[in-house]
Amino acid sequence: MDFLRPASWEEALAAKAEHPTAVPIAGGTDVMVEINFDHRRPEYLLDLTRIGELYEWEIGEETVRLGASVPYTRIMEDLRPELPGLALASHTVASPQIRNRGGVGGNLGTASPAGDAHPALLAAGAEVEAESVRGSRLIPIDDFYTGVKRNALAPDELIRAVHIKKADGPQQYSKVGTRNAMVIAVCAFGLALHPSSRTVRTGIGSAAPTPVRAKTAEEFLNAALDEGGFWDNGKIITPSVAKRFADLCAAACNPIDDVRGTASYRRHAVGVMARRTLMWTWESYRGTAARTEGVA
Amino acid sequence: MGTTGLPTNITQGSRTKGGIGESTLRPDGTLKVTGEFAYSSDMWHEDMLWGQILRSPVAHAEIVSIDTAEALATPGVYAVMTYDDLPTEVRNYGLEIQDTPVLAHGKVRHHGEPVAIVAADHPETARRAAAKIKVEYKELPVITDEASATAPDAVLIHEGRTDLPQSQLRSTGGTPTIGHVPHPNILHRQPIIRGDVSAGRERADVIVEGEYVFGMQDQAFLGPESGLAVPAEDGGVDLYIATQWLHSDLRQIAPVLGLPEDKVRMTLSGVGGAFGGREDLSMQIHACLLALRTGKPVKIVYNRFESFFGHVHRHPAKLYYEHGATKDGKLTHLKARIVLDGGAYASASPAVVGNAASLGAGPYVIDDVDIEALALYTNNPPCGAMRGFGAVQACFAYEAQMDKLAAKLGMDPVEFRQINAMEQGTALPTGQIVDSPAPVAELLRRVKAMPLPPEQQWLTAGEAADVRQLPGGLSNTTHGEGVVRGIGYAVGIKNVGFSEGFDDYSTARVRMEVVGGEPVATVHTAMAEVGQGGITVHAQIARTELGVTHVTINPADTQVGSAGSTSASRQTYVTGGAVKHSCELVREKVLEIGRRKFGSYHPAWATAELLLEGGKVVTDGGEVLADLVDVLGDEAVEVEEEWRHRPTEPFDLRTGQGFGHVQYSFAAHRAVVEVDTELGMVKVVELACAQDVGKALNPLSVLGQIQGGTTQGLGIAVMEEIVVDPKTAKVRNPSFTDYLIPTILDTPTIPVDVLELADDHAPYGLRGVGEAPTLSSTPAVLAAIRNATGLELNRTPVRPEHLTGTE
Amino acid sequence: MRVNFTVNGRPQEADDVWEGESLLYVLRERLGLPGSKNACEQGECGSCTVRLDGVPVCSCLVAAGQVEGREVVTVEGLADYAKERSCGTSLQDAQHWSAQGQDSQTGEGTELAPIQQAFIDAGAVQCGFCTPGLLVAADEMLERHPDPSDADIREALSGNLCRCTGYEKIMDAVRLAAARQSEGV
Repeated sequence: MDFLRPASWEEALAAKAEHPTAVPIAGGTDVMVEINFDHRRPEYLLDLTRIGELYEWEIGEETVRLGASVPYTRIMEDLRPELPGLALASHTVASPQIRNRGGVGGNLGTASPAGDAHPALLAAGAEVEAESVRGSRLIPIDDFYTGVKRNALAPDELIRAVHIKKADGPQQYSKVGTRNAMVIAVCAFGLALHPSSRTVRTGIGSAAPTPVRAKTAEEFLNAALDEGGFWDNGKIITPSVAKRFADLCAAACNPIDDVRGTASYRRHAVGVMARRTLMWTWESYRGTAARTEGVA
Repeated sequence: MGTTGLPTNITQGSRTKGGIGESTLRPDGTLKVTGEFAYSSDMWHEDMLWGQILRSPVAHAEIVSIDTAEALATPGVYAVMTYDDLPTEVRNYGLEIQDTPVLAHGKVRHHGEPVAIVAADHPETARRAAAKIKVEYKELPVITDEASATAPDAVLIHEGRTDLPQSQLRSTGGTPTIGHVPHPNILHRQPIIRGDVSAGRERADVIVEGEYVFGMQDQAFLGPESGLAVPAEDGGVDLYIATQWLHSDLRQIAPVLGLPEDKVRMTLSGVGGAFGGREDLSMQIHACLLALRTGKPVKIVYNRFESFFGHVHRHPAKLYYEHGATKDGKLTHLKARIVLDGGAYASASPAVVGNAASLGAGPYVIDDVDIEALALYTNNPPCGAMRGFGAVQACFAYEAQMDKLAAKLGMDPVEFRQINAMEQGTALPTGQIVDSPAPVAELLRRVKAMPLPPEQQWLTAGEAADVRQLPGGLSNTTHGEGVVRGIGYAVGIKNVGFSEGFDDYSTARVRMEVVGGEPVATVHTAMAEVGQGGITVHAQIARTELGVTHVTINPADTQVGSAGSTSASRQTYVTGGAVKHSCELVREKVLEIGRRKFGSYHPAWATAELLLEGGKVVTDGGEVLADLVDVLGDEAVEVEEEWRHRPTEPFDLRTGQGFGHVQYSFAAHRAVVEVDTELGMVKVVELACAQDVGKALNPLSVLGQIQGGTTQGLGIAVMEEIVVDPKTAKVRNPSFTDYLIPTILDTPTIPVDVLELADDHAPYGLRGVGEAPTLSSTPAVLAAIRNATGLELNRTPVRPEHLTGTE
Repeated sequence: MRVNFTVNGRPQEADDVWEGESLLYVLRERLGLPGSKNACEQGECGSCTVRLDGVPVCSCLVAAGQVEGREVVTVEGLADYAKERSCGTSLQDAQHWSAQGQDSQTGEGTELAPIQQAFIDAGAVQCGFCTPGLLVAADEMLERHPDPSDADIREALSGNLCRCTGYEKIMDAVRLAAARQSEGV
């Protein structure tokens, strides 16, 4: 095993180009477990912790460009107004020690369906900034997850940052785990209201081979909100609409039975979380709307 | 020495500080908080090698061949050993039945069984070498439950068993059966028959039946199995090890190495928790074998994955219970069948069966009882000792039954239990009369009387709910939606000490001398301090008995006689008893010296009851006769004596009658839970406990034991389970990622009400503390969840699937 | 490979480090600092918690090569670290302090950090295997939150498993340390 310690992003890209099998390591919270337990013996470890810009973020007009290694703790504490869904998701990650080390780049690189960040990224809308010596590109989050623990990165590419849409409305995130802290998701659900485009986006974790959006559910809800004038009148979403939305979210799952939970439970739980997060975000939207637009 | 220092003035002696009953602090506390306390995994030696174990990837197979050539040729590898390399004909070990091969021989019987061992200069070298050992397996069908174990064509897990009592050979219906078990894949069986169940059934106005399932729990001690074996010049070996019983290890290790016991010198290193999981050997023999083979010190440290295969677990169980009661709430009868899965090797299974059977009726008066408990041999992971064994599984079932009966009778569940509660003088189903306090009804009264925690603690001053106070915690699954509170009660009975006629003794060497102008006592035992605080208590006993302030506790090793196991809630009773006994003998000798030296100066030396207090010899009236410093002078007084509690007797193998247990311990719990009924998430809000401890030698440690035991019970209620694939008998979750134990956010406040009703048979009246709280905690939580959800819930742990109908 | 970094204020060099080794392994097996504990090696128990450039992390998940040039504080250096903090040392000085040795066999007379003393006094230590990690995590929390609520304590320590105590005495210890800190004891 070789340990590569690039001092700059350019060096890191060059190293990855030279050794496409090199495994990037930043927070180490996935890679080191695999090494400690003898599940993986990469030929090269590519340490990214010396590259300062990966730990920085920029808040732009429409998006936050979040460095791949910005620790979850920072997202929780410093980016809650811009990225409320991701901040909530970050808070559910493992433990304080892990949140101090791990970042979204690792979640994306590993592309485990159970990664906590994915549903929040899917719901908010995001693009992954991937770079190699060949150049840089933005991969829409919807196209990023290609299979179980597989993603759209080319072998010579590294994740530089994630461009996440700044929240234009309330966002929520829920995760079911069989412990009250430090637990891997049995399943997770992210929901974001986008009042500016009058759309709702979702993200589901651990309930399909990859993180997925519940697109049929989104389309149904978008239409229902539109038809009922809900965005304008700020009325309470009718229980039948919420239930239909929850059912469609559950139907978007393609889960398996495993040691963490049954497929049937996952489907059920996603439905419950979909309904609850919709209620929470909508209540929040109504409250905000009431204050800013005087809607009762 | 002359007469200087003779008391010229009569003064009042002062009570010795730091004696029993005080919450003195741990003598190892400073080392533990500074990181300097040396645990078994911290051992290091110049030139040491690292040992690695190759384990079976399958649960049941014949070993066709093993090829170690490539592994042995790896640079940095010093030794590779298999069964064929074992030095003597003794190649098995075991606590009660020597059925466990040191390394697999011809066959593997469970997933993770050790097949070969490697020593190398770096752990990674050892791992890579182990991976190069080629083992060809021919898989056999797996036996995973009672049906497959006792099927007509079942493969015998252990052929040619000889552990069965030959005197009990009999045959039934033409099928030859041996010993006290009806099938060789049944490891042990113990019936308990008293009265006439059919007559009891006649009297019953209501009958409830239930089938209960108890999951496989792991001890999950944090300090992994580890140790260092150092070869000695005399051909022997020095072993630094974390264990629960040094001398039991020694008895099993020495014959395999072909060494006399005095050439295997064992020293207890720091033990990172045990809870039963270190009663059996793990890496002890392997490290010694490699050290003797290579002539170099060998260190072995399991990682967490390996630890799940490296020790026995709590027996999973299926329990079938039928109880009856009269309209006015009196229990009429109990018929029960308890099937424990012992896995591939015997370990402590016979004792677990004995406890499950003899305590299977719980702390209740029932005249007509028919209980059958048995343990199976299967290809599942071997199961053995864990905190409260046998009694824990039974308590889960009988407490569920009590609630069902109370509900059927329309009675309050606590009141119903109190009506049937045993007390001092009650005859247990084994026929044993309980001859010390058994305050079962009182414990229930006390735990019920505690104030309830406030409702809806998640509501905060601000608008947002504090999710940390809600089911799901930080995962943000509810802000109060679907949350229902439930309350449940349970009480349990556990035996203390080794039972069924076992010669349960301990040894203490106590020395008293003047060091630096002060009388100092030194206590040397082989007791394994695993965190429970035994050494704290030994120092307290020495202070109380010998009137000294300074007590030195020597490291536990095999240079002193056996202390017995740190298990069965027994060490404060038995090794504490031994320390007390040896101190009493030292005191007598000291007083003899005093009489010899100073007897002529004061008549009280001859006539009064004399005590040692505050560094002086005093009369029972408090009159000071001499300073211990002057009495002892240059002399040292030392005593090493064994001490045993009163004997028990085996249970009759047909009727289960007998004076089987030396002492009983009782605890009651009230659980308050909040359940998100839609998502099936549980938050335990409070787990209150009342326990009788006879006498709290160290109240702070007693609370620590009760709260720790309670939390392990909570774990098995809502999250802890080793999941074994029934098709392959392979463990599916051998890691802390998927075997979950409670975090600080899962653990509620645990108020404790300690009762001290002396057991006159025990030293200071004390009662073993450690296990009882683990019994009743689990069924109390289950009862509370049932109370919140209205569901029947016949298995533990309860998973969200069970609460949402999505299994 | 060779790794140079600072542990408890002292420069350290580790040679012949295998590239897959963790910081935890290097501390325990190469630098003679076994205080950080090896309970799970998968970031699930917190027993190996150290401060890396001031931040609590699981040292089992830090690759040895990642600590090149960085500052690590382990439980062995906690007392001195806390002392420097309470003396109001400048940041520059704080980066150059070094741990004091002590050779006592029993640990008697050792100067302890307030959180260490509180753990002993409150009975929060049983087997003690979780203790070093909890101490590092709790000390860091009290640095940030001198007056934590119970829920704050539980959240901050949710990455540290304890199997012996049921956490009640650990809660007591952290409350005690916080109270003593606020009284300036």
